[in-house]
Amino acid sequence: MNDTTGPGDDVQLITLDVNGTSHEVITAPRRTLVDVLRHDLRLTGTHVGCEHGICGACTVLVDGLPVRACLMFAAQAEGARITTVESLADPATGELGDLQRAFTAHHGLQCGFCTPGFLMLAQGFLAERPEATKEDIREVVAANLCRCTGYQTIVEAIDACATARRSQRATGAEEESCN
Amino acid sequence: MTSAKDDRLVGRSVARREDPRLLSGRGRFVDDIELPGMLHAQFVRSTVAHGTITEIDLSRVRQVPGVLAAFTAADLELGDITAQLGRPLSEFVPTAMPILARDRVRYVGEPVAVVVARDPYLAEDGLEAARVTYAPLPPITCEEQALAPDAPRVHAEAARNTLVDVGLFATEGIDEIFDRAPCVVHVDVRTGRQNALPLETRGAVARWDDREEQLVLHTCTQTPHQVRTVAARCLRLDERAVRVIVPDMGGGFGLKCVVGREEIATAAAALRLGRPVKWIEDRKDALSASFLAREQHYTARAAFDADGRILGLDADVVCDMGAYSCYPFTAGIEPLMASAEMPGVYKVPAYRVRGRAITTNKAPTAPYRGVSRPQYVMAVERLMERAARELRLDPVEIRRRNVITDFPYTGVNNITYDPGSYLESLDLCERAVREAGWYDRQAAARAEGRHIGIGYSCFSERTGYGSAAFAQRKMEVVPGFDLAEVRMDTSGAVTATTGTISHGQSHETTMAQIVADTLGLDIAKVKLHQGDTDRITYGWGTFASRSIAVGGSAVRLAAGKLGDKLRAIAAAEWGIPPEETELDRGRVRRRDDPDAALTYEHLADTAYLTSHLLPKDIDPGLTATAVFDVHNDGTFSNATHGVVVELHEGTGQVEILAYFCVEDCGVAVNPQVVEGQCRGGIAQGISGALFEQITYDAQGEPSATSFMDYKVPTAQEIPEVVIHHLETPCAFTATGAKGAGEGGTIGAPAAVLNAVNDALRPTGVELDHTPITPETVHRALTPRTPEQTP
Amino acid sequence: MKPAPFRYHRARDVEGATALLAELSDEAKVIAGGQSLVAMMNFRLARPGHLVDIAGLRELDHLGVEADGGLHIGALTTHHTVETAPADRLGAGYEVIRDAMRWIGHLPIRTRGTVGGSIAHADATAEWCLLAVLLDAELVAHSPRGRRRIPAGEFFFGYYTTALDPDEILLEVVFPRPAPHAALTEFAERRGDFAIVSAAVDLATDGEDVRGGRVALGGVAAMPVRVPEAEAVLAAGGSFRDCAEAAASAVDPPSDAGGSGDYRKHLIRDLIERACEEAMSR
Repeated sequence: MNDTTGPGDDVQLITLDVNGTSHEVITAPRRTLVDVLRHDLRLTGTHVGCEHGICGACTVLVDGLPVRACLMFAAQAEGARITTVESLADPATGELGDLQRAFTAHHGLQCGFCTPGFLMLAQGFLAERPEATKEDIREVVAANLCRCTGYQTIVEAIDACATARRSQRATGAEEESCN
Repeated sequence: MTSAKDDRLVGRSVARREDPRLLSGRGRFVDDIELPGMLHAQFVRSTVAHGTITEIDLSRVRQVPGVLAAFTAADLELGDITAQLGRPLSEFVPTAMPILARDRVRYVGEPVAVVVARDPYLAEDGLEAARVTYAPLPPITCEEQALAPDAPRVHAEAARNTLVDVGLFATEGIDEIFDRAPCVVHVDVRTGRQNALPLETRGAVARWDDREEQLVLHTCTQTPHQVRTVAARCLRLDERAVRVIVPDMGGGFGLKCVVGREEIATAAAALRLGRPVKWIEDRKDALSASFLAREQHYTARAAFDADGRILGLDADVVCDMGAYSCYPFTAGIEPLMASAEMPGVYKVPAYRVRGRAITTNKAPTAPYRGVSRPQYVMAVERLMERAARELRLDPVEIRRRNVITDFPYTGVNNITYDPGSYLESLDLCERAVREAGWYDRQAAARAEGRHIGIGYSCFSERTGYGSAAFAQRKMEVVPGFDLAEVRMDTSGAVTATTGTISHGQSHETTMAQIVADTLGLDIAKVKLHQGDTDRITYGWGTFASRSIAVGGSAVRLAAGKLGDKLRAIAAAEWGIPPEETELDRGRVRRRDDPDAALTYEHLADTAYLTSHLLPKDIDPGLTATAVFDVHNDGTFSNATHGVVVELHEGTGQVEILAYFCVEDCGVAVNPQVVEGQCRGGIAQGISGALFEQITYDAQGEPSATSFMDYKVPTAQEIPEVVIHHLETPCAFTATGAKGAGEGGTIGAPAAVLNAVNDALRPTGVELDHTPITPETVHRALTPRTPEQTP
Repeated sequence: MKPAPFRYHRARDVEGATALLAELSDEAKVIAGGQSLVAMMNFRLARPGHLVDIAGLRELDHLGVEADGGLHIGALTTHHTVETAPADRLGAGYEVIRDAMRWIGHLPIRTRGTVGGSIAHADATAEWCLLAVLLDAELVAHSPRGRRRIPAGEFFFGYYTTALDPDEILLEVVFPRPAPHAALTEFAERRGDFAIVSAAVDLATDGEDVRGGRVALGGVAAMPVRVPEAEAVLAAGGSFRDCAEAAASAVDPPSDAGGSGDYRKHLIRDLIERACEEAMSR
């Protein structure tokens, strides 16, 4: 229902791969990725906080790496794999993923507005740096703004998730070597 | 009458009910609302700080592709927002805030016209086509200009740009006390103008519902009923014809507890166009043109005896409220809060205060988390430190000698303080700092020429203001009570509805904990509804750390009444008096026969589906409502904060090495939630002490329109906080809880400032203005060359 | 904060990109990572009529030491790629470049922002610009008139202005020789912000002692600058502190919202000394 283009706007058909599903969108080139995700694809879990790349509420993964969806036009994202917060829970059962559960356990969110951005930041970061220390995590968490928590519990939640994943992997490796 | 003590949820860190949807992107915030045919509004805003509008030409706006309409004040004919105090004109001058500026603009960013288009991009194209001409007037951008005898006036009716001028207290003979005192210390404290900065900006979606004959206004506000009242008046509708619904809200911190102009203009546009209209404030507008906060100036002195006991406090407070009084609190909120409560945790025998609110050509202000308390605590705590230095006393010891220890205590400010742990928190905080080795490390660092400082702040925070306390301020709109409804359906599930509205405070969890305990019910069976004006008659929303103390008490009472009714129905079935029954884990039991029990489902069936079985004196249905108000001076949470900082000589950077907080908010309904409030509050207090500020240049242009200029600190700047809890239950709230929302923000700036000054001690320089920037610290640390010394 | 309308063009190859830029002239802007440009467009401080997206030119995404011994970094290489480059691709002696990346914004900016974009944008405090000036990099540019190599010392003209023609795009940056004893450091009130002052040094040593070196500063002028007065101190065997003091005396930094000129001089003293120590400890 969002009539997104005026006569002054050039429109184009783009294909976006979001959370493993391909979407065709007719859009004006000036529409940012975050606006297209939210208003054209109705994936409203990704939030808009500043539209100049500093607060990080709009952080999503593009080809596995965290990026600001407000600093990217949707047209630039064609051909890339986009991952949003909607992908984190189990699609069949709705059961929360380990990172999400860690945020609950550590009270890493209050109003929840910045939370999807922090989740995607952490998801991308830990995938690349599973061995990250708490200090590394704190440095990365500094990429996004949260006004409610004072950050400590966000850092703790991500660190706990990273630690649990590492011990899980170690156990898995051990089991494998035993077999 | 409830389940066994060890089953109780109050006092436990129950997992948050809010989390699953917020963590999986299924929260519903105002910008997530999409309605068929919805249009998008943005505002043409003043580009001058002060001026007369000579012409508004929107003809080209209306020709922009995709723009459907553009309205000025003259097109919409809306009523003004006017906040009133019941005080004589000599003490209070009201200011009418028009929804859109009519002939005069008073700050850069003031809304002048609203543009409605098919999408937000096109709406911004429309803004660019607007032509507004102004005849500029001289802008008033600081206190000194505002108070000058011949100053131009921001509002014609306000001489010397003074909106509030009240002397609440003046102990007789106070001048003589100061004249005779062995020690008198002075302080000049200024705090920068801040933005409360919820990460979600303001916004609204408005539509007319033909069937209900109602305007439905979805908006992120902390005070939905007040928005309803004002919107109805401005739009000239019966209040019944306005329904305000608050979706998930991304923080508020006070910025969203006042009624804004844009949501009402958005509603007016929706009514005019007969289509839903959405307005989402962008960050640029949110930073500079919404509601700001905090800019105050304290000129204060305190008299002490030779042992360090305070003899008197004498203060002049000037609060720069910007262009208009906010609704419902008025420009009186800040100076009157400071005036009433400045003696704080100390036994002050003599007190004089003058509190003023001035109006300037800056964005108006809202009562930001802490409201004047971060500032007056800073002033008083600096006075304590100065006196300690002068009298060669330990800074903790001088506080020990002055904090209130006998409760209830009625102060020189006519406030009666309920029991707290002022001395205990102070002692415990100092011990925590000492045991962590910071005094030793400080001594070692000083020997190496490094600058480590330790600072404390000790304060109490009045929470749970009832209508009596607000009425004392002479507000004409008097907040205070709150209302709750608790109902049970035939499945035994319970819905609680409140007049408070959570926006991060976890009420869906904490209120449910209270209901579950009261009714002896599984928490999964309890759902909270909040923020819908059609679901509850009236409420005062969430601000002033009132929700658990006042709203939670109302919920507790309503749940209790519902429990009584369940017992009455069961007792009737058994033919015994209700007193011989009790609630226990989803059933009513007979006290005399533990095996005899009736389930809530069974009793609900009776109440609704087979009500003919009920005795005549029991009405069908299972609904209970309760009102709670506080009829005394409220309840006081308290805390002591201890901070260790290091000043880096090379850069002037202030690094926080350690942070300790000992807090007492009575019964903590959910300790994890309380800790979250503390940590978040402390982060905001540190932000004000060291980072955030919006300044205005001589033309009245704000310095910050982006996050590059407005420096919200990140995880690299905010330290970990060690929290200790004390618990002095409140005697008169229904749960024993006191408020916990603001304390962190109140205590942090003073503690940080004291720590910085402790680190600066060898230099002889003292800093009393916030934010303390690295450059200021650098100047303080740089030894003056002989020619610079006078 | 929504950008003004523009037409979007996706370049298929370098020739096509520059031909299109030539045709559209002033109306067009090149977009790569867009981390500065899109923010400016959202504020409508930039409003190009056309965007030419060169992100698809994968041949510009490369990093490695080539036969000439220099480290060649393609214009489309992201800060993050440089930051995480394995030692064998980065080459010995170029660690200063990798380590400088942590000063650029934050991770989600570094994953999109590119080397070429940063240099072409020419912010006065940008780390890439400072490194280019410090290490005598050459900027390889291409236009319909052909390819040219521009020494960094002749590339930056002032705030956001460079030697690039409107129809010219950067292909790669070449750092000609290793700088084993070099370091970059900076200060901002908040981590990740644009620096108030940034300092970088490249020390020449005989294995044990400093025999000279290069000193460059960002945030003290309209573009990064070398400081010959400070370099003279190093060449004469002076201390790091004297070198820092000479740099502070030599420049006349601006006073603005970021800090006064005097404060910047103070930062210069601290940062250069620290950069020298860090460079020596490598």
